[in-house]
Amino acid sequence: MIEIDNLHKRFGKNEVLKGIDLTIDNGGIFAVLGPNGSGKTTLIKSILGMVVPNSGTIKLNGTSIKKNWEYRNDIDYLPQIANFPGNLTVKELIKMIKDLRSSKTADDERLIELFKLQPFLDIKLNNLSGGTKQKVNLVLTFMFDSPLVILDEPTTGLDPISHIRLKQLITAEKEKGKTILITSHIMSFVEEIADEIVFLLEGKIYFRGSIPALKTKTEQSDFEHAIASMLSSSYA
Amino acid sequence: MLKILKYSFFDLMRSRWSYVYFLFYLLLGVVLLFLNNDLSKAVITLMNVIIVLVPLIGTIFGVMYYYNSKEFTELLLAQPVKRSSIFLGQYFGVALSLSMSLIIGLGLPFVFYGIFNSGAIWDFSLLLVTGAFLTLIFTALAFVIALANENKIKGFGYAILLWLFMAVIYDGVFLMSLVYFEEYPLDKFSLVATMLNPVDLSRVLILLKLDISALLGYTGAVFQKFFGTSVGFILSSLMLTLWVIVPTYFIQRMAKRKDF
Repeated sequence: MIEIDNLHKRFGKNEVLKGIDLTIDNGGIFAVLGPNGSGKTTLIKSILGMVVPNSGTIKLNGTSIKKNWEYRNDIDYLPQIANFPGNLTVKELIKMIKDLRSSKTADDERLIELFKLQPFLDIKLNNLSGGTKQKVNLVLTFMFDSPLVILDEPTTGLDPISHIRLKQLITAEKEKGKTILITSHIMSFVEEIADEIVFLLEGKIYFRGSIPALKTKTEQSDFEHAIASMLSSSYA
Repeated sequence: MLKILKYSFFDLMRSRWSYVYFLFYLLLGVVLLFLNNDLSKAVITLMNVIIVLVPLIGTIFGVMYYYNSKEFTELLLAQPVKRSSIFLGQYFGVALSLSMSLIIGLGLPFVFYGIFNSGAIWDFSLLLVTGAFLTLIFTALAFVIALANENKIKGFGYAILLWLFMAVIYDGVFLMSLVYFEEYPLDKFSLVATMLNPVDLSRVLILLKLDISALLGYTGAVFQKFFGTSVGFILSSLMLTLWVIVPTYFIQRMAKRKDF
């Protein structure tokens, strides 16, 4: 369970998070949505401890994440932009991450097979295409069996087949009882898989609830329009 | 931390630049020894090269490595690894591989020349130890600068300025102040000023060990009196260690508060 209480974060003069209160229970797929610059990635990075909040607390299963790093053993994270050390091969990178989390069993072979990455294993990461990098990114994320999975724009650069495989993978993980946090700009993808959405706007939570509840609230039958209407009403 | 150190170390060991650095010292050692045929003179020439070059390479490599491994760092930050271990591991990885290039690169030609049977072995060891210290110090300072500056160009600029100040400008200012205040007793002042700059401290330590302090004139006598004693030696070693510890502490402190 994730409990976030009154979270504030400023980058210089730019106040990105202005008091986020959010509780996410175990199990299910939660989509964090919002326009560009609304603080989605900052929120996620705060949970991971990559961004140090100015104030507020984040608790994971009752323990504060401040000055703590062991909790990241229970998180699998897919970064938004797949930035890897370029002079390593795919195989070396996977081996290295496995070595860093050696207490866990890794399930990399099944995922390499799933995303058809065998021909790329000995290629340096610098020489991979964006989509292939994203697949490597997915393998690194899903190969450990952690109760919390955080995906930042998981669909970027994926071809349709990989896209479908990713959806199956996420659904399968959900069935194991995991909590999955996703940000995405692809509304059809979100509508298809998310159980609940959290809508961020200008650093605050603007809406939280299920997709049907959002549609009723905005009086729109289409999810994408519902989101758009929420945006335009806030801009007006 | 050891795992990160291992990866950074091997990453650097595979890079071309480590070999270039290693080969440079190898060549320098060979040329100096076999063209010169005088061990003491070779050590003095080496000292002059090391005192200037080691800090320069340490700062540039340190800054470069930090900026180049940004992706690696971001990847590691999301893993269950302590933040300070990531940065300290990378720092020691860089400093260790640089020190190794220096020690092995210079050591090999000297071993073949027969340093073990010569009286210059201690001078030579001191040279390598101070070289290793200077690498540790300047790589740490480079990491501090890189952590404080998101902007690569600025980071590089400050790093070069730092080197220029420590290796060149400091001496100039020091000398000028000696000339300017020549009517006053300057023993204490020059001792303290030397102690405060690791580059100067290393130079004086080696020169005194080589017993050519007569070259330094009156100050040489003062220095000999101070650094020649065991108290002076311990104090200067302590000072060099402090120059490693303080920036390392800052690396750890800054790493804790930085956003990625």
